[in-house]
Amino acid sequence: MTENPNGVDGPGHEDGLAGLRLVPRTDTAYKMKDFKSDQEVRWCPGCGDYAILAAFQSFLPQLGVPRENIVMVSGIGCSSRFPYYLSTYGVHSIHGRAPAIATGLATSRPDLSVWVITGDGDGLSIGGNHLIHALRRNVNINILLFNNRIYGLTKGQYSPTSEPGKITKSSPVGSLDQPFNPVSLALGAEAGFVARTVDSDRKHLTSVLRAAADHPGASFVEIYQNCPIFNDDAFEPLKDPSSRDLRLLRMEHGEPLRLGPDRGVVAGEFGGLEVADVAEVGEDRLIRHDAHREDPGYAFALSRLDRPAFEHVPIGVFRDVRRPTYDDLLNEQIEDARSERGDGDLEALLAGGDTWTVD
Amino acid sequence: MAKQIEQLDRVIIRFAGDSGDGMQLTGDRFTQETASFGNDLSTLPNFPAEIRAPAGTLPGVSSFQLHFADHDIMTPGDAPDVLVAMNPAALKVNLGDLPKGATIIVNTDEFTARSRAKVGYVSDPLTDGTLDGFKVSAVGLTSMTVAALADTDISKKDAQRAKNMFALGLLSWMYNRPTEGTTSFLKAKFASRPDILAANLTAFRAGWNFGETTEDFAVSYEIKPARLPSGTYRNITGNLATAYGLIAGSRRSGLPLFLGSYPITPASDILHELSRHKRFGVRTFQAEDEIAGVGAALGASFGGSLGVTTTSGPGMVLKQETVGLAVMTELPLIIIDVQRAGPSTGMPTKTEQTDLLMALYGRNGESPVPVVAPSSPADCFDAAVEATRLAVTYRTPVVMLSDGYLANGSEPWRLPDVSRLPVIEPDLATEPNGPEGTYLPYLRDEDTLARPWAVPGTPGLEHRIGGIEKHAQSGDISYTPGNHDLMVRTRQAKIDAIARDIPAMEVSDPTGDAEVLVLGWGGTYGSITAAVRRVRRAGGRVAQAHLRHLNPFPADLGEVLRSYDRVVVPEINLGQLALLLRGRFLVDVIGYNKVRGLPFKAEELAGVLQEVIDRD
Repeated sequence: MTENPNGVDGPGHEDGLAGLRLVPRTDTAYKMKDFKSDQEVRWCPGCGDYAILAAFQSFLPQLGVPRENIVMVSGIGCSSRFPYYLSTYGVHSIHGRAPAIATGLATSRPDLSVWVITGDGDGLSIGGNHLIHALRRNVNINILLFNNRIYGLTKGQYSPTSEPGKITKSSPVGSLDQPFNPVSLALGAEAGFVARTVDSDRKHLTSVLRAAADHPGASFVEIYQNCPIFNDDAFEPLKDPSSRDLRLLRMEHGEPLRLGPDRGVVAGEFGGLEVADVAEVGEDRLIRHDAHREDPGYAFALSRLDRPAFEHVPIGVFRDVRRPTYDDLLNEQIEDARSERGDGDLEALLAGGDTWTVD
Repeated sequence: MAKQIEQLDRVIIRFAGDSGDGMQLTGDRFTQETASFGNDLSTLPNFPAEIRAPAGTLPGVSSFQLHFADHDIMTPGDAPDVLVAMNPAALKVNLGDLPKGATIIVNTDEFTARSRAKVGYVSDPLTDGTLDGFKVSAVGLTSMTVAALADTDISKKDAQRAKNMFALGLLSWMYNRPTEGTTSFLKAKFASRPDILAANLTAFRAGWNFGETTEDFAVSYEIKPARLPSGTYRNITGNLATAYGLIAGSRRSGLPLFLGSYPITPASDILHELSRHKRFGVRTFQAEDEIAGVGAALGASFGGSLGVTTTSGPGMVLKQETVGLAVMTELPLIIIDVQRAGPSTGMPTKTEQTDLLMALYGRNGESPVPVVAPSSPADCFDAAVEATRLAVTYRTPVVMLSDGYLANGSEPWRLPDVSRLPVIEPDLATEPNGPEGTYLPYLRDEDTLARPWAVPGTPGLEHRIGGIEKHAQSGDISYTPGNHDLMVRTRQAKIDAIARDIPAMEVSDPTGDAEVLVLGWGGTYGSITAAVRRVRRAGGRVAQAHLRHLNPFPADLGEVLRSYDRVVVPEINLGQLALLLRGRFLVDVIGYNKVRGLPFKAEELAGVLQEVIDRD
């Protein structure tokens, strides 16, 4: 448990995660198996979703929250089958709408830990509007976006994160769309918590999930996820042991931003950031990562370090800035109204001001 | 000078002016005065969708019609007895609705050559014979208001703006209305602007005094209070009654109210109203779009709230996918559709009954939902309580079809005895219901066919639901052909069985030998009832029934239809209920359909009924 760095409303209890401040605690020593449902998992062999599911199931006991107070909400797509495989409460909803449904649930039930599972098609295409609004509103939900850069469940069309020129069934001579960078998009919506991780790196994935749960308000986590059927090895350069350490920029709050042994991130022109040889620029010019910067501009500049061929890709927490959550503010308004004027009286309400009596 | 007082049994007044002239406020205040005096009343606001159409133009005309009487009345009235026309545009737009002999009070100050030209009056209608046959009172409303405020510091522009209060004062004198309510209303409204308050009060009194002293108005009128059933009354619009009904439903069910909504005419007032009632634990969420509004409501329902969304036709279309999810997940959800003229954007501020088939059939798959409709502004309260009862008891989305006329129209409402409102039992699941301590989320109640409702936070009942077809008991994903057939039929059977839980048809047939039945639904109740009264007064025999429940229909509807030779179904659409009745009961009902964005006129409907009665 890290201390709240921003001086905004701090964690409510010392042993728990701040994002779970209003969620009951349990002493039950859950194991990973306690979060497996009795349903047969039906993803394709080799799908990255298996790794994410296993990491998530083994992570949930860390929350220290009763199983019945955890709710998974998903949309439509391969990743959205996720809730069926967890023994928590769950809603497998409709395409793109999970953030909206989770918003209603989380604002009316602050005692729940609510997780949205979505994909690049579900979250960025049909549901893009709900995603950005959930982020700007800062509802206390955790949004995990599995990005495989392809439509899987509809069998292989290009997605809003596919690289331009992608040859698919619906783009036989190459797709024409410019893709979204999901992290840049979330930061554009001024999300308080934005992170990226990779399906195959369980340790990193788990640390990011924990940080997301710790964040009160909307957390957005992009998870690079391999689709072995329609877009296999889409992230291979980031997974191949011989190249990944030269490409993955592992961000740690307070630490210099280094990329492999020789390179690092320095300030560039117009407020941007650049990758440079440390030997040329000197150790002192390396940027020390500050996830708590109020201005999202720095995190945005980090997200722009991405390159189409994955020459350098930041992973970890881009931004972790706390501000009051929508659900807290809404529930405060209700409590304030009640403490100032008492609980509503239905009879008095109906009578209103101007009545008359007929004998 | 002692003035003559004439007794009347009823009057229809229409205030008409520019959108910026404050006609809605004027009408509303006159209505409140009339309500507190004890008349029965019915109102019809009619305004453009544009917030401020160009001043003085025909599309910018806003009007408010009020019918009040010493007896119980059903409609805002077919044709005004009195028109208050604040400018040439208001005169031109409304003149055609007036019967000869009607009174026109006209603000002469606005009849300049330029203003007249703007609406196509070549010569002055006040003098060129256009108004022959009407009783015209030409009054300089603007100049007299400015003169009355000459001694104040207020700007000329602000002084001119108070002319609606002068008009209100004059009409209040003419009809001997109590004025205390308006005085205290103005004091509250302009509490922080003492100069504006003083100007409005002065203008209001000046209008009253002008009526009392001028020789132009020799007579004032008295309409005695109506003899309504005993009780405490208030005046209420449909949208306000809907909001109150939802709060009452929340209280009676013990479920916190969650409204997910996106602003849309003419439904927004329900969102506005509910956002003011946080003391009742009401959470209102202004969503990014219609889809998110209903999505959040359904999410709240999953969490154990009473999830509600409010909208009008164009928003209803967008919500249907989520309504389908609510059908599949079998969660309570209330969808209030305040119908307006369509298709597409249509005429946002005008009324229609054209969403019935969409409510019933506008979703993919076999997707049955109960549909209820209020019959008058005050009845919106009871309809909302009933929607809550059905949604919670049967774990189902329920559509309530209000309309623009009900939403903005008002009438006296006898306050209900709160303790006698229905008790609504959410009966949340707390214990396992399956073998070996398992929870089967689709194991149904044998009586209601409703599934159990376990909300997150309930230990041991963790389960997953969603839009994919479910196994009939466990709720697990199932693509088995037989299971799907069973589930489709079960969802239908659950809704159909609600027919056992709603009242039988109430048919009004005083002579007991009518051959013609008139059957309506929703907001046409007032017009149809007024038409039926006319026919009966003239010696005609006609039976009348009105549907609250559009799905399922009352169990005895078919029997009722078949017991009359002819059935007339008036609708403000091209025959949507008629289509259902023909399809369901093989009864060749006679449709009467007009889609003008306005309620039916009683006289016109009476003519239609008489014509059908006279058929061999």
